[in-house]
Amino acid sequence: MSALVPLLVTLPLLGAALTLIFGRRRRSQVTVSIITLTVVFVIAAILLVSVDSGESIAVSVGGWPIPFGIVLYVDRLAALLVTVSSVVLLAVLLFSVGQGAADGDDDTPVSIFHPSYLILSAGIFTAFIAGDLFNLYVGFEILLVASYVLITLGSTESRIRTGVVYIVVSLVSSILFLAAIAAIYGALGTVNMAQIAERMNELPQDVQLVLHLLLLVAFSIKAAVFPLSFWLPDSYPTAPAPVTAVFAGLLTKVGVYALIRTETQLFADSSVNVLLLIVALATLVIGVLGAVAQAELKRILSFTLVSHVGYMVFGLAIATPAAIGATIYYMVHHIIVQTTLFLAVGLIERRAGSTSILRVKGLMRAAPVIAVLYFIPAINLGGLPPFSGFIGKYALFDAAAEVGTPLMMVLIVAGILTSLLTLYALMRAWNLAFWREEDDSAETAARISHLGNAPAAGVQTRRRVIPLIMTAATTGMVAVTVSLTVFAGPLYDVCTRIGDALLQPVYISQLEGATPDRATQEGVGHDRATQDRAAQGEARQATGVQP
Amino acid sequence: MTVSLTLIVIMAVLFACGVYAMLERSLTRVLIGFLLLGNAANLLLLIVMGRPGVAPFFGSADPAEMSDPLPQALTLTAIVITFAVSAFLLALIYRSWQLGQQDTLQDDLADIAIRDRGAEAEDVMEDDAVTPADTATTDFVGVDTAPIVVLHARDFSSIRDDAPTDRRASDPGDGKTGPGSAGSGSTGSGDPEGGDR
Repeated sequence: MSALVPLLVTLPLLGAALTLIFGRRRRSQVTVSIITLTVVFVIAAILLVSVDSGESIAVSVGGWPIPFGIVLYVDRLAALLVTVSSVVLLAVLLFSVGQGAADGDDDTPVSIFHPSYLILSAGIFTAFIAGDLFNLYVGFEILLVASYVLITLGSTESRIRTGVVYIVVSLVSSILFLAAIAAIYGALGTVNMAQIAERMNELPQDVQLVLHLLLLVAFSIKAAVFPLSFWLPDSYPTAPAPVTAVFAGLLTKVGVYALIRTETQLFADSSVNVLLLIVALATLVIGVLGAVAQAELKRILSFTLVSHVGYMVFGLAIATPAAIGATIYYMVHHIIVQTTLFLAVGLIERRAGSTSILRVKGLMRAAPVIAVLYFIPAINLGGLPPFSGFIGKYALFDAAAEVGTPLMMVLIVAGILTSLLTLYALMRAWNLAFWREEDDSAETAARISHLGNAPAAGVQTRRRVIPLIMTAATTGMVAVTVSLTVFAGPLYDVCTRIGDALLQPVYISQLEGATPDRATQEGVGHDRATQDRAAQGEARQATGVQP
Repeated sequence: MTVSLTLIVIMAVLFACGVYAMLERSLTRVLIGFLLLGNAANLLLLIVMGRPGVAPFFGSADPAEMSDPLPQALTLTAIVITFAVSAFLLALIYRSWQLGQQDTLQDDLADIAIRDRGAEAEDVMEDDAVTPADTATTDFVGVDTAPIVVLHARDFSSIRDDAPTDRRASDPGDGKTGPGSAGSGSTGSGDPEGGDR
């Protein structure tokens, strides 16, 4: 089983190389990409089933004993997220294939989209299965560099302008992360997450707090948590629709994933939960108020994305097993629903030639299919029962109410308010873009004038026919969002088990136990100092693989 | 763990200068700031290596005498990443300048519109946001450069390069397929269409 783990990363990288070779042959590129991501999905599903029933899998790359070499670590959380993200990546790939085929690739130069997309996938998977902090950093860098290419695809003026914001912000967070890794290595002498968890208690509280906050800031930038979230609504909306969809669904969630690992495993004892609760409150409220102020669909969605990251930080800050489980469920729900909504908006943009809700009208009559495809994920994100958004939010509030401090109650109220305001923003868009007839009544005219000179940022493009494959990909994603409700029972059970497991620290001995053949060979001594010194020869060569 | 005070001071200065330079609006200075920050982080990695010792070749010396090799490996990786990203940034800065004759970061027009909503007579807001070309702060003005061309542009008739060409006004504008001269500058390997020929 452990032989399958490295394939999660190597397959997309190989696929990227192949698609580069086939740069001039579109059809081969598409085939390679689809096959690669399908195989990855199958592997991830197999891993999820096997990890959920048995033990976590730890693979030491290159065969070096575990604390010294690169460790890939697949537990339930990693397997679940890899499975979900491979589904999302596959659906968005199909969508973009449809769009590219119809556009004649005027927005997406054909030779570079597929390689970048596969490298992005490899980076996402690397980050999810990284067993040491530095490998997590490398995973982040892989996905970020690919995302730099994707967000500036076509190098038009607006994409360059917003791309620069995105890139500079990401660079700062990467440097902070690197500095945090250096500081942690200086303090603890290891970058392996299990070993860090083991040794963290030996540090004085104040040093722990500094390291903790350094990592939190770095990850919060990536996850778009409130004071560090302003880059996101600026940079996401200008990218091509499929790129925005996959960024919105996955990239911030990789940041949230890193936050989860930091909070639950690395710093189990150093608690900044009150700070996190306040930050979550601000993220929830300010994010959604931004969404209410916007008049352009992609920007509305970007702001709700920021806002809903607040729910995940909220769950993380409650820090009970039930809350962590609810956070994971909410994360899975949000990855899928947010991507679906962006895909639906991609369809709207194509059909109506704009994403400004002031310009688009009468879509209900003109394109009833798109109306359904937008409506279902919209009320799902807004948190109406029986959809998964409701289940996730209810579970979060339930876990918070169990703790029952006044701050928790404030957060619950803010969460409900955010949910309603999300619904308001999305339904206002629905009313204007879908319900409104082509001939405006006085009432809608008044409402539009109330919106005033809100920026109609969406570029007016041609109205175009929508290829079947784009609709099919979006429909598939909508079906997945509905299945989150249908299969909420088993999925929620998995999430609960993840929540329980995450709060049990994983120690290095367990990793070694997972790969008995390798770890015991080279003298893993008992005295830490001699052990570190003696094994540095191996460590050098093992980590030498990384550059 | 023994560390060198000099290295710490240098690292602190690099971090400070890097942050200062990154706060500028000029993209070229942001790039310089990023390079300084990257080097500062690499120095930090070297500092946590502790006391330097013998080169850590396996079996060549007593392990207790060797310097810690792991931070060196981490630094190498970080250097490679920084290098690739700076190449990409350079290409981006060049393209940004090529498109707008400026390499400064501009405010988001949509944000400005939101901020000024409701206030009257805000027609000027666009003028505030867009720096006119002749007052642009750029490090490229007057530099004779080769244009970025779309790789395989002829294969994709639908790609239109709407960028203003950055050659001298006296040149007859001959579209987008003019090959750049040798050494026309580096571009990021991942840049979608900027590439030298």
